[in-house]
Amino acid sequence: MFKSFVKREAPLHLMLIPGLALVVIFSYLPMAGIVIAFQDFIPAKGLFGNQKWVGIENFIYVADLPSTMKVVMNTLQIAIMKIVSNLLVQIAVALILNELLFARFKKFVQTIIYMPHFLSWIIISGMLVDILSPSGGIVNRLIVALGFEPIFFLGSNAWFPYILVLSEVWKGFGFGSIIFLAAITGIDPQLYEAARVDGASRLRQIWHITLPGIRMIIVLMCVLSLGSILNAGFDQVFNLYSPIVYDSGDIIDTMVYRMGVLDAQFGVATAVGLFQSLVSFILISIAYYLAYRLADYRIF
Amino acid sequence: MIINRIRMTDIVVCTIAAILMLLCLIPFLHVVAVSFSNSALATAGKITFIPRGFTLVAYDYLLSQIVFWKAMFVSVERVLLGGSLNLLLTILIAYPLSKENKQLHLRTFYVWIFAFTMLFSGGLIPWYMLIHKLGLMDSIWALVLPSAVPVFNVIVLLNFFRQTPKELEESALIDGAGHLRILVSIYLPLALPSLATITLFSLVGHWNSWFDGLVLMNSPQNYPLQTYLQTVIVQMDTSRLSTLDAEQFALLSDKTIKAAQIIVGSLPIIMVYPFLQKYFVKGLVIGSVKG
Repeated sequence: MFKSFVKREAPLHLMLIPGLALVVIFSYLPMAGIVIAFQDFIPAKGLFGNQKWVGIENFIYVADLPSTMKVVMNTLQIAIMKIVSNLLVQIAVALILNELLFARFKKFVQTIIYMPHFLSWIIISGMLVDILSPSGGIVNRLIVALGFEPIFFLGSNAWFPYILVLSEVWKGFGFGSIIFLAAITGIDPQLYEAARVDGASRLRQIWHITLPGIRMIIVLMCVLSLGSILNAGFDQVFNLYSPIVYDSGDIIDTMVYRMGVLDAQFGVATAVGLFQSLVSFILISIAYYLAYRLADYRIF
Repeated sequence: MIINRIRMTDIVVCTIAAILMLLCLIPFLHVVAVSFSNSALATAGKITFIPRGFTLVAYDYLLSQIVFWKAMFVSVERVLLGGSLNLLLTILIAYPLSKENKQLHLRTFYVWIFAFTMLFSGGLIPWYMLIHKLGLMDSIWALVLPSAVPVFNVIVLLNFFRQTPKELEESALIDGAGHLRILVSIYLPLALPSLATITLFSLVGHWNSWFDGLVLMNSPQNYPLQTYLQTVIVQMDTSRLSTLDAEQFALLSDKTIKAAQIIVGSLPIIMVYPFLQKYFVKGLVIGSVKG
């Protein structure tokens, strides 16, 4: 009996050991470091040194900072704009792709539009800084040729959030349309047949058949994106922002970076990080639960 | 396919598709053009999509820079090491977890241990301190070990394994095969599309990774490529590249050379992904959406 266990199950448990060890070390041990959020942490004293416990003082300190409210609002605004724009554009692109009848052309188009997804934000930032440059960037050259004044996109609080949203949509629309396109191909062709016989135009078919047909996926993607409402995109913002646009572009992650890595205010930075993790955790859990109930979605 | 007549909608749709493609290509074409152009013209903002004053000087200079090659080497090292580690671990974890609770006791518990890490994390500071404490700073392992278990990929592969017919495993068991044998001879060959997908994700992730290089490598000598690019193209922080003299730095930030660096930094991925397109399209859908 034991022998059969050893032969049947033991190898499975053994296979899991390296993964478990790594996950415990690199994901769970840092969780213990959360205690730093409740300490007046002095790096020089070390992790187990005699740190002073200050309870929720760090949290109060951050809450009292004049810029904190703006930072949180920026994060929410930018994240929500991104989620909505991404959804609309990806669905629209999937609908367009679905109308392309030449298989080869369709595949070619897809290959091209997947490209931005694979570029790093460093690369894209490098491109954007050049293209949006107020003195000679191609966008501004076009604007000037049309008779207007050049716009300093990356330096203007009015434009910066929109540049963030637009560039993110640009980066992800191709790859993001995959899921919607796959859902569209799952719709029963007979429905379209019936509609065509009844004389419905292509547009009406899309409105009455395609969109309702992918309703579940749309709901699912909406719900799943709930969990990332506090994540406005550190990689992107960090590489595109500068102090002049902090007012509209500073997000929670960039604030944590400056406090923690540049100013070495470990306790405060960890406190903000903890807050963000907790809220995200609650939101993601709600999101997954809703997805399970509404769309029967299970991750494993 | 025979087209009886070309309808208005077809023209509209094709036009929109063409515009979408152009939108994706234009920034890239512009940067390519700048990289092959005369430096003065580029700085004066006279280049749009065609190189003017065609020259290979930018690439010539770039390819002779040791700093650049060093960073490239670190990235290649990290992609190979990290990619293989990711693949190995993903397979080793996904296989047991794809079994039922009857075959693997504590399965749900194990799955939750891995899945929970996607829901909650300790944050930037504790992560940084841990890696520091482990003495991994400035080592290639700092870039490879923390992300060694890609839980999302594990879930994709796990779901794929679950869809493999049980009969294959059962007949192998009857023939006396052990789990390792079953995994290698049956599951892996069938899982090639899924493996291609997760390998692509892992390689792209490692190649594009820059933040860990920035905070975990104290010496710029150890920067991976994207981190190096970040300091030269985006940050332009002279204090970090003290190994270069002022003239070298000014040259590296020159518009045409920046453009060349952007192109060389993105070329490997761009050349690889089209070949794996059909895999990741399928792999994404299978792994994430059921039914």
